[in-house]
Amino acid sequence: MAIKMIRDVIRDTIDEEMARDDSLIMLGEDIVGGNGAPGGPEAIGGIWGTSGGLWAKYGADRVIDTPISESAIIGAAAGAALTGKRAIAEIMFADFIGVCMDQIWNQVAKFRYMFGGKTTCPLVIRMPYGAGFNAAPQHSQVIHQFVTAMPGLKVVMPSTPGDAKGLLTQAIRDDDPVIFLEHKALYGVKGEVPDGDYVIPFGHARQVTQGDDVTILATGMMVGFAEKAAAELAQDGIGCDILDLRTTSPLDEEAILDSVERTGRLLIVDEAPPRCSFATDLSALVAQKAFASLKAPIDMVTAPHSPVPFARELESAYLPSPDKIVASAVKLMSYRRG
Amino acid sequence: MQLSREALIRAYRQMKTIRLFEERLHDEIALGEIAGFTHLYAGQEACAVGVCEHLGPTDYIISTHRGHGHCIAKGCDVMAMMKEIYGSRDGLCKGKGGSMHIADMNVGMLGANGIVGAGAPIAVGAGITAKSNGTVSIAFSGDGACNQGTTFEAMNMAVVLKLPVIFVFENNHYSEHTGEAYAVGAESMTARSAAFGMKAIKANGIDFFSVYDAMRELIDYCKAGNGPASIELDCERFYGHFEGDPQRYRGPGELDRIREERDCLKTFRTKVTEAKLLEGAELDRVDAEVSDLIDRAVAEAKQADRPTPQDVLQDVYISY
Repeated sequence: MAIKMIRDVIRDTIDEEMARDDSLIMLGEDIVGGNGAPGGPEAIGGIWGTSGGLWAKYGADRVIDTPISESAIIGAAAGAALTGKRAIAEIMFADFIGVCMDQIWNQVAKFRYMFGGKTTCPLVIRMPYGAGFNAAPQHSQVIHQFVTAMPGLKVVMPSTPGDAKGLLTQAIRDDDPVIFLEHKALYGVKGEVPDGDYVIPFGHARQVTQGDDVTILATGMMVGFAEKAAAELAQDGIGCDILDLRTTSPLDEEAILDSVERTGRLLIVDEAPPRCSFATDLSALVAQKAFASLKAPIDMVTAPHSPVPFARELESAYLPSPDKIVASAVKLMSYRRG
Repeated sequence: MQLSREALIRAYRQMKTIRLFEERLHDEIALGEIAGFTHLYAGQEACAVGVCEHLGPTDYIISTHRGHGHCIAKGCDVMAMMKEIYGSRDGLCKGKGGSMHIADMNVGMLGANGIVGAGAPIAVGAGITAKSNGTVSIAFSGDGACNQGTTFEAMNMAVVLKLPVIFVFENNHYSEHTGEAYAVGAESMTARSAAFGMKAIKANGIDFFSVYDAMRELIDYCKAGNGPASIELDCERFYGHFEGDPQRYRGPGELDRIREERDCLKTFRTKVTEAKLLEGAELDRVDAEVSDLIDRAVAEAKQADRPTPQDVLQDVYISY
């Protein structure tokens, strides 16, 4: 068991999988960096530090530095994956999905289905995402709500270094296309990482804390916020059952329903705005399948229906927070049927 | 380039198969036998066949919404294609794709595509594989897709990565219902391709031999490690953008004229019989055989198994 930061886990996992499988290639903007510039290749190694040294080790035919052309990055990764390669494509900021949505939505997600189940497209699209850096409306967003809604894609949102390794290994070895979402604010988070081959199957939530009063569902950076809130709530005798869903597609419905049936209260924490979102999807699931268990209305702590603002005060106000989660849990506990 | 009699007959058979496949679809669609949108390739046969006669199963092509010709030329099974277009579960894509999404990875056909311009980036990725295999990747596009940003990105990336990708622009002079003279802002697609830094040539898309010879040169050039290339093929579309298109954008007598004067099958027959490479009777025999094949394909497609509601959820994923 090693202690590592998530950014290093990402890099090391790609390294291990490239060593294991010669067919694996990686493409993206500045994943090498410095090509055609006085500083020379490897001047950057990925702006997130997730690909350093891979170009030197595996060569330019496998670690492919691309122009700023998101549609061509996804298309090229998809074309390689259709023809016998495995591919990892990096989109530098998840916000840029708008530029290449056709390749993701109309091509990659649909190949297997519209070609009658006769193709595979083993492709991982890695996308750093999320707020917390005052990066303003076009470099701070979450996109899991869009891609989770697309049949044909799997969607992964790790929150710990250990999960990042196990889930990325599964994503690379998976024969279906996977959207792998890395929260920018979590890259520096340290934690234990199992040594050797470590795979976490998709669709299995992680039980973060156990409690009998409120079920809290979270992904990515929201998991840590929920943990902080739960520690505070525990002091007031409120027990939180936190599930880190890990993958939004496939979804661990069983774990969610089991927990809600036990606690009778559901609090969903989501970094996305509240309309037509992952949070509303989870809310609908529980309302449809565990309504009789509910002792209080379902509550959601989400971003508001606005773009992500720039200024520190505004971004803080925009994001969910441990305080907002505490307030929501207290509200749920005090609910009495009228 | 001198082709053997077998190669000439094969090329003619491929072109004739495409022509009769499309003409028969035109009739069946008019009778209401086929659902959805269909875009016929008739008129452009020399382009698909002139390109694909050079290719093997590990060379890749990606096609367009007007894809039947590319599929047949690359070796997709005609019977299974017809069943797909009829929506049968025995179709090449089990009735999930239809006319605009026919694909067969086993023959290196990466799919027709309903999104104009979406194919070129995917062909670049197939070019990454082709580079490691010593083969080539072909992106078929039209004078419509040539104006999409995706096509620009793909051309630039292929140059940057020096990939064996050939961008084949079939200029049938109409992007849907709008003339090429209006929609292509550059002097030509060839000039634009050249500006991306690749070898770019033109050929006569109604002459199989012009396409075939030009493609030999480009494939050799790409396989030698020189990076991508582009070719613009001047050709004609004998039907509308889609079946049912009233084609009010055509000039008076235009369709009659192009069918009379710019038919690649007539051009081929005249050339090979005048040069005494093949007898007219040999070609007539091919015509009869192909006609029989298409009759059988339609008859089988009409009788083929239909999909069931349970099939809707099959093949969304490999593992769930």
